[in-house]
Amino acid sequence: MNEPTTDVIQGTLDMLILKTLSLEPMHGFGIARRIEQISRGVFKVNPGSLLTALQRLERGGWLDAEWRRTQNSRRAKIYKLTRAGKKQLDNETADWSRRTSAIARLLKAEG
Amino acid sequence: MSLWRQLARGLGALTNRRAADQDIADEVESYLEQSAAALEASGLSPDEARRRARCELSSETAVREQVRSYGWENIIASSLSDLRYAARRLSGNSGFTTISVLTLALGIGASTAIFSVIEGVLLKPLPYPQSGQIVALRHTAPGIHIDDLNLAASLYFTYSEENRVFQDVGMWRADTASVTGVGQPEEVSGLVVTNRFLAVLGVQPVLGRGFTASDDDPKSERAVILSDGYWKSHFGGDRSVLGHRILLDGEAHAVIGVMPPSFQFMDRPVSLIVPLRINRADIRLISFCCQGIARLKPGVTLTQANADVMRMLALAPAKFAVNPGFSSNVWATTRIAPRLRLLKDVLVGDIGKTLWMLMGTVGIVLLIACANVANLLLVRADGRRQELAVRAALGAGWGRIARELLLESLLVGATGGGLGLALAYGALRVLAASGVEHLPRVHEISIDPAVLAFTAGISLVAGLLLGLIPVFKYARPQLSNALGSGGRSISQSKERHRARSLLVIVQVALAVVLLVGSGLMIRTFRALRHIDPGFSRAEELETLHLSIPESQVAAPERAIRMEEEILRKIESIAGVSSVAITSNLPMEGGSDDPVYAEDHTAQVSSVPPIRTYKFVSPGYFSTTGARLIAGRDLTWAETYNQTPVALVSENMARELWHDPRAAIGKRIRPTLKDDWRQVIGVVADLRDEGVDQKAPGIVYWPLLQKNFESSATYVFRSVAFVIRTPRAGSLALLQDLQKAVASVNSNLPLADVKTLESVYDRSLARTSFTLVLLAIAGGMALLLGLIGIYGVISYSVSQRTREIGIRLALGAPLQNVTGMFVRHGMVLSGVGVAFGLTGALALTRLMKSVLYDVSPSDPLTYVEVSIALVLAATLASYLSAHKATRVDPVEALRAE
Repeated sequence: MNEPTTDVIQGTLDMLILKTLSLEPMHGFGIARRIEQISRGVFKVNPGSLLTALQRLERGGWLDAEWRRTQNSRRAKIYKLTRAGKKQLDNETADWSRRTSAIARLLKAEG
Repeated sequence: MSLWRQLARGLGALTNRRAADQDIADEVESYLEQSAAALEASGLSPDEARRRARCELSSETAVREQVRSYGWENIIASSLSDLRYAARRLSGNSGFTTISVLTLALGIGASTAIFSVIEGVLLKPLPYPQSGQIVALRHTAPGIHIDDLNLAASLYFTYSEENRVFQDVGMWRADTASVTGVGQPEEVSGLVVTNRFLAVLGVQPVLGRGFTASDDDPKSERAVILSDGYWKSHFGGDRSVLGHRILLDGEAHAVIGVMPPSFQFMDRPVSLIVPLRINRADIRLISFCCQGIARLKPGVTLTQANADVMRMLALAPAKFAVNPGFSSNVWATTRIAPRLRLLKDVLVGDIGKTLWMLMGTVGIVLLIACANVANLLLVRADGRRQELAVRAALGAGWGRIARELLLESLLVGATGGGLGLALAYGALRVLAASGVEHLPRVHEISIDPAVLAFTAGISLVAGLLLGLIPVFKYARPQLSNALGSGGRSISQSKERHRARSLLVIVQVALAVVLLVGSGLMIRTFRALRHIDPGFSRAEELETLHLSIPESQVAAPERAIRMEEEILRKIESIAGVSSVAITSNLPMEGGSDDPVYAEDHTAQVSSVPPIRTYKFVSPGYFSTTGARLIAGRDLTWAETYNQTPVALVSENMARELWHDPRAAIGKRIRPTLKDDWRQVIGVVADLRDEGVDQKAPGIVYWPLLQKNFESSATYVFRSVAFVIRTPRAGSLALLQDLQKAVASVNSNLPLADVKTLESVYDRSLARTSFTLVLLAIAGGMALLLGLIGIYGVISYSVSQRTREIGIRLALGAPLQNVTGMFVRHGMVLSGVGVAFGLTGALALTRLMKSVLYDVSPSDPLTYVEVSIALVLAATLASYLSAHKATRVDPVEALRAE
């Protein structure tokens, strides 16, 4: 964890959550830790933003939530991707890669 | 995206806020635990792990609030809590709240009541499909000075056969028939119509069939359609009634249909509908008998229809022969022209003007009520000046404070509106119970969605406007000023008074407008009551209708003898001083036909002026109290001998012969073919078309005549009896009358028993209706205006207690101090009266059509109202200023 941590890029939190949950259902803290781990600590998720985003995604019908016991036998709200959520993830991923490659081209452009 | 899910979850959170909050709190807690567990797993002590987790989360509450603030329901939830706060503040000051809500409720209730009348009478379409296409076929005939003429049978056929603009044409007249064989003999009202009449309206019977062309043929079997009400009350709603025969005026009619319960026509009582049986071959050109209606083809305008009727009017003389006894160019000299009007406009008549005037009136009352409430709100906001300034200084936004003030006034507005609606409902019940017969479509008045929308609208607008005044005065950032001027202020700044004084001036001015309006109506009413209508002591005149059908008594003379026999029986009833018979009661019209005078030869080539015909028995004038100006009354001998005699009204005698006495011995007749009739008497004018209308020229003919209007024997079988007795209007008299009639003929039903006073009152009904409502409105305006003045003066007294204390301490006499406040009140009301008089001069012009014998700028009314208002205002200010005298200088200086 040598690199400095930063907040998640504006507007990408929803996509990161959906991506993380596409691997397996998990609870809020699990999602935050997974994003931190996979980004090798580059992104740090603000808990308030995360829980609000989860609320929003659930309202939107992209996630289902359920209170369950976790392995460490604590109660937690486990989130799971819905079919609509999967589709939304595909859309957002495609959109994102289109935009990043455009930005990459712009940055590489010379003279 | 699933809108449904958004809505459902939002509603869930809204209805069960606590569970939703708990869920969020649980999740934050669980997040914390998981985070601590992870840190613990990485080797920290439990306490340390928990501390670190908490640090990372920053504030638990902040996170909860952040998550909580998501979702549309939060806007509602926060508005709800603001509303709760506003309600609590209002209920904390119950005096203010009660007065403002009641004031608004009065204003809104009055406006709602009048609006529902306007909606039911003027705005709502008639209850027929595409009712905007239905027109009444009216005409004018400037050549013979008739503004409004009905339809002739000849024109009915012409229009039906030649028109290019109508889908259907119908002709109708109202009539009554004695029904025998269905329970007691009974006089029942109904319509006589041509076969396409119901098609014009777009209504058909629910049971059985409508009329067809063959029903109009005099040779076909007589048919009748029953109204739903008559069917249910007389046949118990029995469906086998079809084909059943009932006796109408002694003739058997087959029941062919039953109308739907919703059927109604021109506010008339309709129990039966029978065909108008006419033989086209018998029709002559001048055959004005009935009312015409037609349904326009889609897209045809009234102007186009009028043009087409104009074209067809020229075709009629070629299709129908002119009546015997009339010159051949009679059609041309009448200069008959179309005057088609929408059926609704004919039904509603000119009441629209009166109603809109009343709407304006209650609108003014509402404005005054709003001004009063605005004043109260200003006083309240003024009391909160410092609080608001402090809050603004602490960072409360302009919008936030404005929202609070607005919510408060909106809440007052909404409560006032709700209460007003209840008041309006009560007022309409009273209106319905009072049975205002003269108001068209009165049974269609109700609180319908349009009325609800109107009430909601004005409550909202009133609430907003009321709130905006304090918002603009106090929510603006001007804190230093407000903070500085609170506390021990010496006296009040002029500026703080200005808004309130202005409101009081507006109130007084509006009250003056309404009071002048009521004053003018009172003078109109008084003028009308003083007019001699052409009969006297109407409260002692009982009237009843009956008719002797040809099927019972065939010979004309015998019918009249039976009428006289009934008259003699009634005469012998205790308390009856005299009895007479007439074809048409005073103020109930008669037939309108031309009259030729022997010494006016110029009339032969054209049509002479139209007069009202009434047929009377001897003793009619002495019974009704009509003065005989010259000559003498008819005799029974003349009636039975069919002597050619007549009486005329004074105005007609003056018009033709310049002097009533000169009329005696002159000869007149209805058509050129008839015998001449000698004028034997001249009777004082009768205001037959209403007290406020000009008296028409009237000819009184005997009940039985020969060679009259082209018939060999002319007899009146359907007549009204006029009975002068102090017992008029009593139930006992009615029973005596029934016995008297039954003793002559037990098959004659009595109809329409009433006193002549009720007819007279009806002709004044619109004036008294307008007067009563204007007087109520004026009274309310005066009361509210006085409350306004009282409020402003007493507030001013309470704010200037210190000043009063100083003045008294320095030796000012009490009268001077009170005088100061009374003068203030007088100045306010004086300015208000001045503005009000100007406004009244402009607005009362709109009343011109309802005034009689008084100018809209009648100086006496204006002076009276001004003096009365200034006096009342002075009294109100004196009462409130009197409080100043109770100020104890020592207390006052110590106060604050």
